[in-house]
Amino acid sequence: MTARGPIGGPHTHSGASVGRTMGLVAVALVPATAYGLYAFGWPALFLFSGTVVAALLWEALSLKLAGKPVRLFLFDGSALLTGWIVAMTLPPWAPWWIGVLGAFVAIVLGKHAFGGLGQNVFNPAMIARIFLLISFPVEMTQFLEPRPLLSPGAPGLAESLAIFVFGHAGFDAISSASLLGTVKTALGQGTALPDILSNSHGLLPLAIGAVPGSLGETSAVLLVLGGLFLLATRVITWHAPVAMIATMAALSGGFHLADPARFLDPATQLLSGTFLFAAFFIVTDYVTAPATGTGKLIFGAGVAFLTFVIRTFAAYPEGIGFAVLLMNATVPLIDHVVRPRIYGRTRSGEPIRYEER
Amino acid sequence: MKLFRISGGIHPKESKELSADRPIERLPLASVLRIPLQQHIGGPAVAVVDKGDAVKKGQILAVGRGMVSAPVHAPTSGRIVSIGRFVAPHASGLPGQTITMRPDGRDEWGELPAPIDAFGVDPAVIAERVAASGIVGMGGATFPSAVKLNLRNRHKLDTLVINAAECEPYLTCDDRLMRERTAEVVDGVRIMRHGLGVGRAIVAVEANKPAALAALRLAVAAGGFADVTVVEVPTRYPMGSEKHLVQTLTGQETPARALTADIGIVVHNVATAFAVYEAVRLGRPLIARIVTVSGGAITRPGNFEVPIGTPVSHLVEQCGGFRGTPERLLLGGPMMGQPLASTRASIVKGVNGVLALAAAEAPTGPIMPCIRCASCVAACPCGLAPFDMAARIRKEELDGAVRIGLLDCIACGSCAWVCPANIPLVQYFNYAKGKLTAEQRTKHKQEETKRLAKFRADRLEQQRKAKEEAMARMKAEREAKKRQAEAAARVEVEG
Repeated sequence: MTARGPIGGPHTHSGASVGRTMGLVAVALVPATAYGLYAFGWPALFLFSGTVVAALLWEALSLKLAGKPVRLFLFDGSALLTGWIVAMTLPPWAPWWIGVLGAFVAIVLGKHAFGGLGQNVFNPAMIARIFLLISFPVEMTQFLEPRPLLSPGAPGLAESLAIFVFGHAGFDAISSASLLGTVKTALGQGTALPDILSNSHGLLPLAIGAVPGSLGETSAVLLVLGGLFLLATRVITWHAPVAMIATMAALSGGFHLADPARFLDPATQLLSGTFLFAAFFIVTDYVTAPATGTGKLIFGAGVAFLTFVIRTFAAYPEGIGFAVLLMNATVPLIDHVVRPRIYGRTRSGEPIRYEER
Repeated sequence: MKLFRISGGIHPKESKELSADRPIERLPLASVLRIPLQQHIGGPAVAVVDKGDAVKKGQILAVGRGMVSAPVHAPTSGRIVSIGRFVAPHASGLPGQTITMRPDGRDEWGELPAPIDAFGVDPAVIAERVAASGIVGMGGATFPSAVKLNLRNRHKLDTLVINAAECEPYLTCDDRLMRERTAEVVDGVRIMRHGLGVGRAIVAVEANKPAALAALRLAVAAGGFADVTVVEVPTRYPMGSEKHLVQTLTGQETPARALTADIGIVVHNVATAFAVYEAVRLGRPLIARIVTVSGGAITRPGNFEVPIGTPVSHLVEQCGGFRGTPERLLLGGPMMGQPLASTRASIVKGVNGVLALAAAEAPTGPIMPCIRCASCVAACPCGLAPFDMAARIRKEELDGAVRIGLLDCIACGSCAWVCPANIPLVQYFNYAKGKLTAEQRTKHKQEETKRLAKFRADRLEQQRKAKEEAMARMKAEREAKKRQAEAAARVEVEG
């Protein structure tokens, strides 16, 4: 950003760079994204490309307005990733303007309004998701059964382009709700949980992603694969994902045991919706998560707790977006309170004392 | 021996293979030697020779001044050509008081103090010889070694730790010293143990120096020295930080703002031990040291025994000069070494390496904003949050940085090494520490001025009062006299 001043040590470097980190995250996203594009066909591919390109354009515009070096920041990979993640959370056949608007909210309002890379308090992709969900509830909840690319039921190239430009209202697609949406509606009507679930897909399709859902969030297995890659390359640490998964498993397990007719089992909770995507790609976002291991544990657990509460007791079927934003707001506090212990000092900051020698 | 884990730390590319297999060489003497009088922490030495004097090798040139200081000796025989200011081996390139001598080529020893029967004398005698020989910490800290040996008078000590970790990349001077002069090093270690008045010495060597470890173990076993333990410690930067080395060996953390002596341990560098051997057994002062010359931009890397005062340019020439233009020229290792402002500067007691790094070895990516990845938090061996400290320093919130541990930072550079945004974190910390020191100095000066001004005002006030009192007294006396005279006159009139 600025020219190097007088040279202080160290005079050698690990070779780590912002671009490399972002690149590794992108690689980790590839399997789940590729599957989503395959499962939902050409309209998904159009939406994905449109959103990513829009994100880059919004980024370039914001950088220009802020007077920052456009070339350096545009290609650091952060805007590409933001656009990518926004696209993954959209209904796969959403029209172009949903993607473009989502990219605008994420990049311009979520990131640059706070001061750009590294400065934002809230996860930009989650801001975009919540903004769109509240503003366009219909467009944002029209999910579809997967129609794999080139399969008989899939739309052709021209049809897909029409869906991308005008929406899929005219296309004879059978819109269907996500599993969590179905459960929420049916429970509200007084149906018992086992009856609702008997008509659903079951756990295996949920795990591999043969279910209605957002563009890139349906395949739990591929998302976990990407997450393990990030852990192996040390881009992320285990703390937040493990805390999130463990908390959700424990909470939903407890409630499910108490009343199986009303509360979903842990496996369904973990495999449904955005949960695993968020566990590995959202709560692990550097900028909006705490800096210490303990802080990350608190953060992950908090997100899972709020998600469970919203999914179970509130009006929305899925609560991760809200949960992440609420917990984002607590990060400065967590980082203020939870600090690593300084060498030679006790947790309270006093020098260590040994018995009189 | 059971070892303990330290938190944080990094594994930078070692690059020791460039020079690890090069035996220690002696080079032809430079045509001129420039010997700075400040080669140590503490007061600079004071010259006791004059321009034009002929001096012998080992003769004292300047004496230490004050409690913490060290004398300086002639590295060879020759003539003093000037005593004045010359560019110091420091990043600033500022001049420092320097004795310049021209060697006569005869390299004749002067009269040396008699060898000491090391284990038959009182520890104080050893410390005295170490002080007189100008020995300072040769790992780079350059603290006068005798002062550290004398810690036995103030602390209850039990162990001497010899720091032979050599955790900085590239450097191999200690490695070669231990491999080639093993018996002398072990003897030096034992002399220091005796000089410190403790029962045991631990020599800690990083695992990446198997030959040195084997040689030391063999020498200790052959001599049957039960008081010396050679320990292999894990290769991990900054293992050579004395507090972290002590923790690795004992599991005990040195309390903040305290010395390792407070937990019964004193740490000395292995090259210092060799210097102590020479001073005690041979009577030779510290006038030369082993230096690693390395880096991708050096034609012929190696390890050299270099007389103190040799210009860096001479050393580089003898190594075949530079290969291409070096991206960085450093004194010391690449993690904590100092950039060298001029190759005219001299090799001094604390210089363990001269590195000329090629562009590929010292990558300088663009500085990006912090993305809070917290790699620095994980890498910090001191349990700090470097990104947070840097953010506060950026806003000139120096007190805030101190509150979260700025003064506990050892400036090892692990944080900046891992930083994906290339933020010069150590630079921030050095800036803040320097500024705080300057502020403290200003504050001290102001308080001192205030105190003196008040003292003066009080004194003037006292003088004024004294004067007034004297005046009043004189006036009273005068009036009394007057009254007496009047009374006498009245008596006369009435009479």
